[in-house]
Amino acid sequence: MANEVCLRTLHLDRPWLLSSYESEGGYEALRKILTEKISQETIIETVKTSGLRGRGGAGFPTGLKWSFINRSAPGEKYIVCNSDEGEPGTFKDRDILRYNPHALIEGMIIAGYAIGGTAGYNYIRGEFWEPYERFEAALQEARDAGLLGENILGSGFSFDIHAHLGGGAYVCGEETALLESIEGKKGQPRFKPPFPAMFGLYGRPTIINNTESLASIPDIIRQGGEWFRDLGVENSGGSKLFSISGNINNPGVFEIPMGTPFSELLEMAGGMKDGYKLKAVIPGGSSAPVIPGEQMMELTMDYDSIAKAGSMLGSGAVIIIDDRQCMVKLLDRISYFYYEESCGQCTPCREGTGWMHRVIHRIENGQGRPEDMDLLDDVTQRIMGRTICALGDAAAMPVAAFIKHYREEFQYHIDHKKCMVGGR
Amino acid sequence: MSLRCEPWARTDKREDKENLFSPEIRAEIDQWVAKYPDEWKQSAVMAALRIVQDDNGGYLTEELMDRVADYLDMPRIAVYEVATFYSMYELSEVGQHKICVCTNVSCMICGSENIVEHLEKRLGIKLGETTEDGKFTLKEVECLGACGGAPMFQIGKQYYENLTPELVDSILDSLEQDNGE
Repeated sequence: MANEVCLRTLHLDRPWLLSSYESEGGYEALRKILTEKISQETIIETVKTSGLRGRGGAGFPTGLKWSFINRSAPGEKYIVCNSDEGEPGTFKDRDILRYNPHALIEGMIIAGYAIGGTAGYNYIRGEFWEPYERFEAALQEARDAGLLGENILGSGFSFDIHAHLGGGAYVCGEETALLESIEGKKGQPRFKPPFPAMFGLYGRPTIINNTESLASIPDIIRQGGEWFRDLGVENSGGSKLFSISGNINNPGVFEIPMGTPFSELLEMAGGMKDGYKLKAVIPGGSSAPVIPGEQMMELTMDYDSIAKAGSMLGSGAVIIIDDRQCMVKLLDRISYFYYEESCGQCTPCREGTGWMHRVIHRIENGQGRPEDMDLLDDVTQRIMGRTICALGDAAAMPVAAFIKHYREEFQYHIDHKKCMVGGR
Repeated sequence: MSLRCEPWARTDKREDKENLFSPEIRAEIDQWVAKYPDEWKQSAVMAALRIVQDDNGGYLTEELMDRVADYLDMPRIAVYEVATFYSMYELSEVGQHKICVCTNVSCMICGSENIVEHLEKRLGIKLGETTEDGKFTLKEVECLGACGGAPMFQIGKQYYENLTPELVDSILDSLEQDNGE
């Protein structure tokens, strides 16, 4: 049971083509909606039934999000897809764009139909040139086939989609920063409320969903909300793409049912490379709190199981940390990332990320002070919950978790001016 | 609470836009402008900056940013804000090939330090520097979303994954032989 939804075409030669997608049931859902004139409420209810939760990281129920929009409001309403994929460790949306772009396009059109939308934008991170070209080519194929643009399949419903390329900024994965960026500005998050469903792109009602969420929509409509929900487990409907990386034999993207044991996922990914042992796992991208390896081996890959262990499923980016890795050094790099990517708008994040990084960096380099551990505890608590967007929390959570589980490695660095691991 | 969402205002709009860029560049920018609502030409600023940067050997100058501002009827400061905020815009000269090496956590676990060390040794420069012949710039970048192929780097529009020192050598050898573009 793998690759049943977003990566459905993967076994085909040139899976990204319209003909490949259609051979796997592609655009059947859209055709059905338009010919049978299925109501917007029915579509939204089906998505609610499916249990689909936002695949970008926050896990917010997609159907519920769609229901927030005032469908009868006059004027433009937008569907925006978040293909900014920047959470370190995540590389699944790239594969959807490269190998099954039509699933995303069909999902965006259906979403547009369901909310009374007038146009869609797909925000693709600027570095993803190959995926961008695939997506553009797929848009053209869809337009040529009458599936996209004016009067789709003669139904009277019109909806077009455009790609927007980013310029290299992690924070633009935050939905309101992404909107600012499409509007031609610095990507600095907006205050919420108002939420995008009320006041989004160009000040118009807007729904923003992750690539994987939208690419799951066609099969949910085609095969039913229950079908999708039953692929997964309670509270975590469907299957999910996991990006797994580290010193393992077969790193990559695996689309598997929610609730699959982590140990099975690790096995699918070929297990640990020879000579490496599992030490710890970051289960949902670098902002997700780290989980010790032995504890992780007991968990299943779904929202509740990972949350109970004190972390989060996030984007499904599973970073395998082996026994040759120094946790201080890894956290030094992770904290540098958030320092580098803070947009500078909120003081706790702008100052706090730099502060955390400088303290961790000096511990890593043998200049740690006895009071540094307490200092880090204190700084993380002063960032969390005190910023406009989640980047502050994303920066603080890994610091708190690394120290919680691996305090002795940090203490060893401070006391002995060297590393516990590998005699560095 | 009053909510506003308006494009930047510019009163002294430039009329002779055909003098700002070549017809090819203008056509390319116009393709992007057409994607957005008529009053939101500024949505094309990121694309316009990328297009003129590529055309200028990989970096932006103040003059080019000013032209982009004039072309899109934006205040110049608004264009500088964008150009300085996003990491893919270069504000000083770079080499013919910009090597963007990921050193983030997955790449680090899989040995990106060895790749950086190898690159620095072979090119005789450090991260953030350009070779004297202007051929290569070495840039450290954040996660590029290809961790399944770690360690990796990007040169131009191309990703190179599962790097080893030998593979790095063969990639650089072929780029060195290529004098064109």
